Amino acid sequence: MENVYENKMSLEFLSKSSNEAFARITVASFASQLDPSIEEISDIKTAVSEAVTNSIIHGYEDKIGIIKIECTLFANSIEIQITDKGKGIENIEKAKEPLYTSKPELERSGMGFTIMENFMDELKIESVVGVGTKVTMKKVIKDLKDSSE
Amino acid sequence: MKVTYNEKDKLLTLQITEEIDHHYAEKIRTRADFEIQKYIPKKLVWDFANVSFMDSAGIGMILGRYKMITMFGGTMNMINVAPNVKKVFEMAGILKIIPIIEEIGGTEIGKCV
Repeated sequence: MENVYENKMSLEFLSKSSNEAFARITVASFASQLDPSIEEISDIKTAVSEAVTNSIIHGYEDKIGIIKIECTLFANSIEIQITDKGKGIENIEKAKEPLYTSKPELERSGMGFTIMENFMDELKIESVVGVGTKVTMKKVIKDLKDSSE
Repeated sequence: MKVTYNEKDKLLTLQITEEIDHHYAEKIRTRADFEIQKYIPKKLVWDFANVSFMDSAGIGMILGRYKMITMFGGTMNMINVAPNVKKVFEMAGILKIIPIIEEIGGTEIGKCV
């Protein structure tokens, strides 16, 4: 059980699509303190990109709001919490279904939550319609140098 | 995006030069649609040599162009796909319909360094 965190950071930015790269690169850069593999870093970047894009496209739609990211580093894992105060998700189970999208006209593939679920070790989605959405993800960073467990 | 067209083989090569997320996918889509409608190629190859990042926006973007190219009776392939990009495509089962090729056969185009 990990209960003592090693490091923490938080980040707030406007829900503009030009911030998608900024968000994932910043989180990846913070996560690099855990000495992750290239694949682990890439998984984190992809999952963050998916969550932030969801907040921009679905949460705030065409309006501009604030997206908040909080990252906590533990000894061998990172927890990433991405929160928006957008319109919320009516049916989380439906939203999580692979290939389901409420915006096919935008050529969305409906793979966002599937990717978050598969690329990260834990995924929790909390949402209240009209209040906002909070996505919490966790990635365990495997220590390749020290395999004595 | 770098665009190469080989008239003899009706081969259009689109080399993406940015990361593919929701933000850039829209720009790539607009440009690709323009080039596809301009040349109506028999074969379209996406060159991913310079793509270091792609999220699910790339899936929708590529599938949308696939629909267009098959409507014109053309084929589509991808080349030089990095492992992390491939992982995203695999998750959506895209590689079964748009295969990754090792080289662009029969032309001098696509020899990427």
